[in-house]
Amino acid sequence: MNRIAILAKKELNSYFNSPLGYIVGSVFLVASGWIFMQSFFIYELASMRSFFSMMPIILIFILPAVTMSSWAEEKRSGTVEVLLTLPLENIQAVLAKFFSAFAFLSVLLIMTFFIPLMLIKIGEPDRGVIFAGYLGTLFLGAAYISIGLWVSSIVKNQITAFILSLVVIFGFYIVGSSMLLDSLPPLAVYVGENLSLSTHFNSILRGVLSLKDLIYYISVVIFFLFLNARAVGEKNWR
Amino acid sequence: MIKIENLVKKYDSFTALGGVSLEFKDGEVVGLLGPNGAGKTTLLRILVGFMKPTDGEVEIEGMDIKKPMLEQKIKSKIGYLPELAPLYEDMLVSEYLEFVGKMQGVAPDEIDKRVKEIISKCGLAEKKNAEIGTLSKGYRQRVGIAQALIHNPKIVILDEPTTGLDPNQRIEIRDLIKEIGKDRTVILSSHILSEVQSTCSRVIIINKGKIVADGSPEDLEKTGKGAAVINMEVDTLESNLIERLRSVAGVDSVKNEGNKIMIETEKEKDVRAEIAEITVESGAGLLMLERKQTSLEDVFINLTHNENE
Repeated sequence: MNRIAILAKKELNSYFNSPLGYIVGSVFLVASGWIFMQSFFIYELASMRSFFSMMPIILIFILPAVTMSSWAEEKRSGTVEVLLTLPLENIQAVLAKFFSAFAFLSVLLIMTFFIPLMLIKIGEPDRGVIFAGYLGTLFLGAAYISIGLWVSSIVKNQITAFILSLVVIFGFYIVGSSMLLDSLPPLAVYVGENLSLSTHFNSILRGVLSLKDLIYYISVVIFFLFLNARAVGEKNWR
Repeated sequence: MIKIENLVKKYDSFTALGGVSLEFKDGEVVGLLGPNGAGKTTLLRILVGFMKPTDGEVEIEGMDIKKPMLEQKIKSKIGYLPELAPLYEDMLVSEYLEFVGKMQGVAPDEIDKRVKEIISKCGLAEKKNAEIGTLSKGYRQRVGIAQALIHNPKIVILDEPTTGLDPNQRIEIRDLIKEIGKDRTVILSSHILSEVQSTCSRVIIINKGKIVADGSPEDLEKTGKGAAVINMEVDTLESNLIERLRSVAGVDSVKNEGNKIMIETEKEKDVRAEIAEITVESGAGLLMLERKQTSLEDVFINLTHNENE
């Protein structure tokens, strides 16, 4: 357990030591802040609905940029050989990378707290919905991160990892969209909706935290972290 | 103590190691020598647990590497420097050593002391607060070695520790390896012969995934072709001199390039006096005469070249 924490701390430090961490953070804050402010001034509603409803799309671009280097860069530079010959199980290394990216996401979200604080000051927003929105975003982000980490572990180039993660996450996101499912038979609609990252997120957005949705996200995370550990164990690079 | 029995590693259809059996005793400094692609790195990677063997047995300190339960325990007994010394470029030297030390299980209250010790041992004091990405190759290599030693392991494995270094850096690293080899087992790979000759008490030559020679550098030299070479230079070359030299007992062959003559002789026989006499008698002025024993290099080329044919 201790080793996971040591490695996660090192990984988190490297986010804050690199220009990329700051670029990704700034882009996230500007994009999410801008989206919120736009609808805030148009509709004059003390609600974060627009903010959270755009999160799945914003994070599709942000989180692959956070996870792209995790394994791909270790493989390119050869440091993976140092890492995996330390007394550490593969799954521990995977978890450490997951926790550090998750912590980074949490920091990004904490930096948006000025929005709810402002709303509480000037109006009476539904605090439960805001809380559910943040919690849902964390679960959604965790799923994105686990997919991004897995993709990073199967390719050797950061840019490839970024684009491929984006594609895979986007795929998971749109399988639930009505545009895609309208013309399909009911069974396909059922499967699509339940597999989709977005359907589960939308119900959380409405302020409904159901066990089903949380279990869905946790399963996605476990599944991809497991694939990740397997890919690392196979060491199909030389 | 490391025991390797009939170790096989295959990548798809390519056999990197074709049944290697070896034993490393405690405190040995062993050089693994072979041309590129001979299987040195593969063998080392299996020892450090980075790769799984296709077949065969490996026991490190009496522990079977195939047992998952023992994997972490084995790993913590080994310090490893991979080829090309990969390092986390964005970390500071001391920060990196601290990280590896902690991961290797060095106690928190000892880590500072240990990092300081290893920094001074590896000559890194000047650079301890430098970012690794800014270091020269020589320093990077030192950081790599320091990282392998941080937890004071019983076994140190260094994959090509001196590749890409200039002669001065090479000597420094060589001295460092000699120093660390005093109280632990060191296994290093190289394709530079002089390197291995000067640092190792035992040399293993490996080619195409098989061991082709194993012994002390001196022993291996003795197993050479059994020949010595005499190089000679004369001022004028008389026509019958070459013929006369060939008839000397113990001479195997005589070749010349202009006024330079190369004579291969049996190893035990020193025919220099006789050759000098014949040369002077023939009327030529003798400018230079030297005898060379086969070197480890000759043995290496011989063993690895023939196999490649």
